[in-house]
Amino acid sequence: MTNLRYDDTEEALRATVRALLRAHSPWSAVLARVDGAESYDPGLWRRLAVDLGLAGLAVPEALGGAGAGFREVAVVLEELGRAAAPVPYLGHAVAVRALLSCVETKLLSELAAGEQIAVLAVPFATPPGPLPEHVVVDGGDLTGTIVGVADALPAGLLLVPATDGLYLVEAGGPGVSRVPVVSLDATRQLCDIALDAAPGRRIATGHTAIGAVTDALTAGAALLAAEQVGVAQWCLDTTVEYVRQRHQFGRPVGSFQAVKHRLADVWVGVTEARAVARYAADCLASDSVDTPVAAALAQAYCGEVAVTAAQECVQLHGGIGFTWEHPAHLYLKRAKSAAIGFGTADRHRAKLATLVDLPG
Amino acid sequence: MGDDFAAADRLRDRVAAFLGQHDPHGDRIEFLRARFDAGLAWVHHPIGLGGLDVPRHLQPVVDAAFVLAGAPDNQPRRNSIGLGMAAPTLLRHGTPDQHHRFLRPLWTGEEIWCQLFSEPGAGSDLAGVTTRAVRDGDDWLVTGQKVWTSMAHQARWGILLARTDPELPKHRGMTYFVCDLSAPGVQVRPLRQLTGEAEFNEVFLTDVRLPDSLRLGAVGEGWQVARTTLMNERVSIGGAPMAREGGMIGLLTRTWRERADLRTPGRHDEILRLWVRAEAARLTALRLRQQLVAGEPGPEGSAVKLSFAGLAQAISGTEVELLGADGLRHDDWSLRSPTEPDLLGRGATYRYLRARGNSIEGGTSEILRNIIAERVLGLPAEPRVDR
Repeated sequence: MTNLRYDDTEEALRATVRALLRAHSPWSAVLARVDGAESYDPGLWRRLAVDLGLAGLAVPEALGGAGAGFREVAVVLEELGRAAAPVPYLGHAVAVRALLSCVETKLLSELAAGEQIAVLAVPFATPPGPLPEHVVVDGGDLTGTIVGVADALPAGLLLVPATDGLYLVEAGGPGVSRVPVVSLDATRQLCDIALDAAPGRRIATGHTAIGAVTDALTAGAALLAAEQVGVAQWCLDTTVEYVRQRHQFGRPVGSFQAVKHRLADVWVGVTEARAVARYAADCLASDSVDTPVAAALAQAYCGEVAVTAAQECVQLHGGIGFTWEHPAHLYLKRAKSAAIGFGTADRHRAKLATLVDLPG
Repeated sequence: MGDDFAAADRLRDRVAAFLGQHDPHGDRIEFLRARFDAGLAWVHHPIGLGGLDVPRHLQPVVDAAFVLAGAPDNQPRRNSIGLGMAAPTLLRHGTPDQHHRFLRPLWTGEEIWCQLFSEPGAGSDLAGVTTRAVRDGDDWLVTGQKVWTSMAHQARWGILLARTDPELPKHRGMTYFVCDLSAPGVQVRPLRQLTGEAEFNEVFLTDVRLPDSLRLGAVGEGWQVARTTLMNERVSIGGAPMAREGGMIGLLTRTWRERADLRTPGRHDEILRLWVRAEAARLTALRLRQQLVAGEPGPEGSAVKLSFAGLAQAISGTEVELLGADGLRHDDWSLRSPTEPDLLGRGATYRYLRARGNSIEGGTSEILRNIIAERVLGLPAEPRVDR
């Protein structure tokens, strides 16, 4: 049966991840990195993925993973969203989902250990749907351009959908170039990938390849919703804290109804988004037949909630919320980018029209 | 959870034993009285008051076992104010004599209850009630006007908030009573709503004599007692979990699917947006229910009430427009007094009109936002001049 709650082990996992992020990725560090040379944080990835073993949460124990599942992955993502943490956890989880459909056991073991980061090489804005065809294959070598890929900069392995199947390409190998993109969300920097006769190993063909990519993108849409819940929750908590202590006209600004009612609406949105995201994670974890609906619903709903929460965060902070020195903008940019990630809400509504039989 | 499974098994055994001694197909009221006396009415109530002193979340186990046996129920929708609001208040604040007098016939449905709280001058600001209760020997004489009283025309008893000391600040000058609706001086008139029907009543009280034994809680503590009642108004969620496209959204999607001639691109996205909102609200209610069953009640109930109101209004508004020319017709304006609104059985224009009340009744959406902001988010209260 559908379980929309968090169980005790999931709450314990949340506490562990939150404590680690508080200690090693405070917003001041995230903000500093935005102006730095290296946008992703390899030290933080090592602590999360390797030391805590979170890279392999969804990988079966027999393959060296934790044998947990995507419900737990979603809990980690909520916390990463809450911290706007610059680690390629979402991209890596999506790649793991693709490889689970390909039964790539050896590779999964490597990814579970966290030593190797993999991503599905498609534009971040790609919704679940037809296999993207950016890349052509000639004699086993891949050529083509894939723009705006998330989490690929720190990755060692690229899963590249091509005309005749899904290929594994060494990100640092010959014929591969990755050009960093000046990204709206600098905490999840994109890159443009150019393949020029890059050697690849085909790991799936035909329906298996199509299924693997579809499953991975569906998982991405579902899991991104958890991250959006985390982003929205941070924005709500931070704004509530601020309007309690900020005084104008001799009163806390949080005592004005005009402010309270807006925050109450944000709270309702976050509360609903949490139920929706939890449903998507639960469907994903149990391989439910309703997963495509749950994932489309999640991206039709949660992205907007996160964007609204971030916009209200900026607005209700007033002047300080419009500055670079305050972290609100990190979350605004994260939220707005995520609303496009794995397809915008209108595309997911169009998808739902087909899935639940509401023809146009 | 292991303990819960064992407790549930013991409860099922109790129901089976009870059914062995009482014929579920015999006299309905006798059966219900016996069920109350066996502690199988409200399992979380104390022994002797309809319960067995076990956790509340085990109640569905007992209810399901009775349903399975084809036993009659207490028709809870006929007495929703009594069961949902009066009973928890009586239990918490009543004397042993009051417990024994009122709880059993309330639960069996032999006595229907109503709520005499709102007044023409006291809506959202309930503490502004001006209905007066004046001491007269061992009795009280009550005079005033109450409004928005559903079930008053069928009720035997009403929970009443009245002012006993107009000199004190308003929150401290009230006392809570059980009002006898059969007493002389009580006049009930139907209150016609903008839908044409009258679900509610106005109740006029003129020198209604109530013995002091009908006072609930101490003199001057009416507000504290009323808070118990109002908290229960917002936590009660009844019935079975809703299925996808259950409720109003299902009527809209059915029309959309059946009437290709009504479709436009703009309306299509609107329908999809409503479907998404309805599904989000449904999953939120389901999550709340799962948390309650697990013994972790959360504040999500306020979100559910707020969303439901907005959603019902949006869906029914779209439905009327989607119907185009047919949306100009109304099914019936005649004055009727239904026990509860027939939201799904009547036409789209009725739904549209009735849904306007959803954001007013049981706490306006504005008051609900204040409650969320202050009690859930911990924001400071508005400065007040009336305390």
